[in-house]
Amino acid sequence: MFDKFIGVIPLVPLLPLIGAAINGFVSFRGWRPARSFVHAVACGSIGISFLITLGAFFHFVGLPPEAREMTLTLWPWIYLGAVHADVAFLIDPLSLTMMLVISGVGSVIHIYATGYMAHDKDYPRFFAYLNLFCFAMLLLVMGSNLFMMFIGWEGVGLCSYLLIGFWYEHKPNAAAGMKAFVVNRIGDWGFLIGVLLLFWTLFQLGHPTVTFTEIREQAPLLVGHAWGGVAVVTLVCLFLFVGATGKSAQIPLYVWLPDAMAGPTPVSALIHAATMVTAGVYMIARLNFLFSLSPVAQTVITTVGFSTALFAATIGFAQNDIKKVLAYSTVSQLGFMFGAMGVMAYTAGIFHLVTHAFFKACLFLGSGSVIHGMSGEQDMRKMGGLKKYMPKTFLTFILATLAIAGIFPFAGFFSKDEILWKTFSAGYYFQWILGVVAALGTAIYMFRLIGMTFLGNLHEETGGEKPHHPHESPASMTIPLMILAGLSIVGGFLGFPESLGRLFGLHHSNLIEGWLSPLFHHGVEEGGELGVPIAEYLLMFFSLAVAVGGSYIGYLFYTTRRDIPEKIVARIRPLYQVVVNKYYVDEIYDAIFVKNLLRLNQGMNLFDQKVIDGLVNASGLVVRIFSWISGFLDKYLVDGLVNLVAEATLASGRNLRKIQTGRIQNYLYVAVGGLVVAILYKFL
Amino acid sequence: MNFLNQHILSFLLFSPFVGIVLLLLIPNGQERLMHRVAFLASLIPFALSLFLWSCFPETGPLNQGSLESPFSLNEVVPWIPSMGIFYRIGVDGVSLLLVLLTTFLMPIVFVASWTSIGRRVREYYLAFLFLEVGLIGVFIAVDLFLFYLFWELVLIPMYLIIGIWGGERRIYAAIKFVLYTMVGSLLMLAAVIYLYFAAGHSFNFVDLMKISLPVVAQKWLFGAFVLAFAIKVPLFPFHTWLPDAHVEAPTGGSVILAGLLLKMGTYGLFRLGFPLFPEAMAALTPLLITLSVIGILYGALVAMVQTDIKKLVAFSSVSHMGFVVLGLAATSTIASSGAVLQMINHGLSTGALFLLVGMLYERRHTRRIADFGGLAKIMPVYTTLFLIVALSSIGLPGTNGFIGEFLILIGSFKNHPVATGLSTLGVIFAAVYLLWMVQRVFLGPVTHEENNGLSDLSKREIGLLLPIIILIFAIGFYPAPLLKKIEPAVKRWMEMKQGVVHPRVVQ
Repeated sequence: MFDKFIGVIPLVPLLPLIGAAINGFVSFRGWRPARSFVHAVACGSIGISFLITLGAFFHFVGLPPEAREMTLTLWPWIYLGAVHADVAFLIDPLSLTMMLVISGVGSVIHIYATGYMAHDKDYPRFFAYLNLFCFAMLLLVMGSNLFMMFIGWEGVGLCSYLLIGFWYEHKPNAAAGMKAFVVNRIGDWGFLIGVLLLFWTLFQLGHPTVTFTEIREQAPLLVGHAWGGVAVVTLVCLFLFVGATGKSAQIPLYVWLPDAMAGPTPVSALIHAATMVTAGVYMIARLNFLFSLSPVAQTVITTVGFSTALFAATIGFAQNDIKKVLAYSTVSQLGFMFGAMGVMAYTAGIFHLVTHAFFKACLFLGSGSVIHGMSGEQDMRKMGGLKKYMPKTFLTFILATLAIAGIFPFAGFFSKDEILWKTFSAGYYFQWILGVVAALGTAIYMFRLIGMTFLGNLHEETGGEKPHHPHESPASMTIPLMILAGLSIVGGFLGFPESLGRLFGLHHSNLIEGWLSPLFHHGVEEGGELGVPIAEYLLMFFSLAVAVGGSYIGYLFYTTRRDIPEKIVARIRPLYQVVVNKYYVDEIYDAIFVKNLLRLNQGMNLFDQKVIDGLVNASGLVVRIFSWISGFLDKYLVDGLVNLVAEATLASGRNLRKIQTGRIQNYLYVAVGGLVVAILYKFL
Repeated sequence: MNFLNQHILSFLLFSPFVGIVLLLLIPNGQERLMHRVAFLASLIPFALSLFLWSCFPETGPLNQGSLESPFSLNEVVPWIPSMGIFYRIGVDGVSLLLVLLTTFLMPIVFVASWTSIGRRVREYYLAFLFLEVGLIGVFIAVDLFLFYLFWELVLIPMYLIIGIWGGERRIYAAIKFVLYTMVGSLLMLAAVIYLYFAAGHSFNFVDLMKISLPVVAQKWLFGAFVLAFAIKVPLFPFHTWLPDAHVEAPTGGSVILAGLLLKMGTYGLFRLGFPLFPEAMAALTPLLITLSVIGILYGALVAMVQTDIKKLVAFSSVSHMGFVVLGLAATSTIASSGAVLQMINHGLSTGALFLLVGMLYERRHTRRIADFGGLAKIMPVYTTLFLIVALSSIGLPGTNGFIGEFLILIGSFKNHPVATGLSTLGVIFAAVYLLWMVQRVFLGPVTHEENNGLSDLSKREIGLLLPIIILIFAIGFYPAPLLKKIEPAVKRWMEMKQGVVHPRVVQ
């Protein structure tokens, strides 16, 4: 009964595009229609997309696993020589999972935004951008080839740029938008090189292609090919991973994401937490057949992932802006996902991507509700005791926090534990330790956040400003919160571990694994864990203990025993300063790259004006000097000679004229004089 | 109709004369009428070139021209037969698109000039119409003598346009432009004469392709041709006339200069520079690739610190045209086709950028970035269009710029991976200089009181930009109609030479 939905799947990205076009046109013409028109278009388009995706999902669930893959070709796009790319969609469990997250969480966030942005004068423009983002993100995950993916990849970057700088009149926002775009472009450079390298290597092997399903068939041929002494597949994977570090905010390109919080909070929730930043994770999952071939790349990815997880978590301790804490937390959680990708635990990584979308969107929207209730205040030091004023927000927020902290049975517990277990069992012990410490940190800083904002008492002293009057947000905002909080509770059961399932006599309890793993059959996840998985139980218990312990510490330190963190900070003040300043990474980048680049450019500009153009002008000058000299010579030498002849003739004429006086006496004098001279000459 | 069909190229070439004659008939003082007539008359060549597109043989290399000549719709008329000089014209897919770009941009430039040109209106349009004849001639000439004639013909009107309707330092810029180009042209003339004798007293492109020259002679000739074209492109380090010419030229002049005159250089490289001298080309390719990569990066880096918007766009042209040369020099059908497409793309997006800068200048009489800030609030429509065009220039997927740049990169990567990798950095820098400019001009608070009163775009201005905006997206999502014209032409032209002299592996 659901097969009808397959035919209309192109509508899934198309509807948000139409929505964006309508609202974009409205905004372009400067019209101010009723808000209900704007959000009917925006929410309606993404909502219908979600329903179609849901229908297609149910259709696919009904198919046998091997039939769950289809390509829908719309039109031929680039056909040139060996380059063939269609505008086509690849629908399989992986893309459907992503589409469900994007359109589902996207719909919820659209609804939330109708409340959050209600008073903004650029209401239509906001929803146009938001819809456009959904279009690009859906294209990214639905594209059947690398080029389509790249369109979406850059498209979401553009929308992110536009939305971070949505309140462009505020200068830092515009700067943050640009930073995001440029840092992403650096990553895209790596992505592009990876694609080119892959394409030409496949060309040498006789089957140049950019289509995923064809690359999958060709991938085994890549083994053994080297380029400059390094396996080509490793190079390709590492270059592609550079792209992922840009888009998904991993070390060393994570710096744009915290600044991106300048955008409206629904944007932070949708783009900078739930969807866009997971594009890198998706890309690796999509190309798992390449990444599985390169142990080197795997080690790099899992190390970078878990290092980022820990690094960002430590920064999260020392932030006082509620959204910044969540931003670093996102960076950290993305690190977990990459950790999973690196150990070929693709299903676990995607599982964490999904649960993270639920609880992190909930947390961001919750923080938005807090900011809304506090009339725009984002500094947690000025909050406290909000539990009393915003009960619904508090309840949903605490549920999502339990989820991210990894407390059983909330969503984050299952997905995070699965990642840590897979990392441990794959033998990456060092990375596992990084991950465990990061998980501990997550629990602590999240409960620090809860303690500072919702518990204790509202700080009355606001530094001379008018005191805050916190209030609960409208239903358009709290209902989305409840939906997401609900998903944060039950979402984990999608990936209920087989080992626990067996205790309850369940087979195939890990639904998401059954759904996704046929795609990743090269992965380690196949290794059937027979017998009693004692180690897995132990680790599960361990990570739960870590999560509970961390949560308790965080709760204790920032509610009743605020003196303890103060004492600790006092003892390690220099180190604390470094963490507060985010390890000065922005400053270091600024000093090394930005400043030097500008200096280089100024130097080159000068070089251009003085040397290159100087040479041009100098040669012009040389020609002019030559022509002046030749002009001089011409005038005084060449023409001078001519004139000299003329002058001489004239002068001689002038002088000779004197003898032709016309007076007969003169002639006679001359004649007689001449005669005298002649006679004298003759006789002397 | 049959007569028109057979002589469509000649009709097209001389169709700007309709406008020239009409303009001469208008009495003095009727400036308004001149503006209108010039615009309407410029639609005639455009209509004819659309007609040309429709009667151009459909795809498949064999349909294009005969085996003897890769050009279609050939017309040959003896001119000075005793010296082997013929009026010989024809088109292939590449020249077809460049002709179309020429006749497409002219009416747009004319509409853009309605308000900005107030004096010597008749002469202004006359210069442009003569320029159009020259440009079309360059692109459809199949005879080296004719090519050279039109090549030089283009110089004069442009010299006048910069020198008469230009800015403060217009005389300096105009003279620099002409002299610089002339240096190249003269070297080319010497090479043309040598080739004429080498080919047995013929200027026919197809005959020239058949001669085989000693390598040393090839190198000299190649050097002469490439220098002439490199100055025109302009390739680093011959680019310094460009910023001056752009800054001083009136808006229309800048659009045509960037959109079309620079394309003469790359078209020349494609048509003559590379195929005529394969061995010399093979020997000097590394140098050309190096220069184009330097140009890409250098142009982008220098663009970053410009304080004048127009100069910034001018330097971005240096960077973008570096990509085109890279594509042409990479000896790959994919890269060369991408380069041809990128010529069109650059004509559209940089042309539009100059139009937009001109519109701002008309309102505020300054182009300094520091004089603006926060314009998005005052001129939202202008900002939207500017951003779209800037993104096309950055090469964002979904716009035309992406397809061209991407094909160049993918085609060049095979034989020149390092150069391609480096030039990809230019894509990052492009985002930096354009978005940084956007940020300083459009975003943030309004910092200058005098900007508050600026009016947003008029219907006329939106209307003249709209065709370009539509093409930006159309080519981005559906480039096939253009690629179908370009690819067979590129392939055939490259194979022509290989078949005769030197089998080169062409992908």
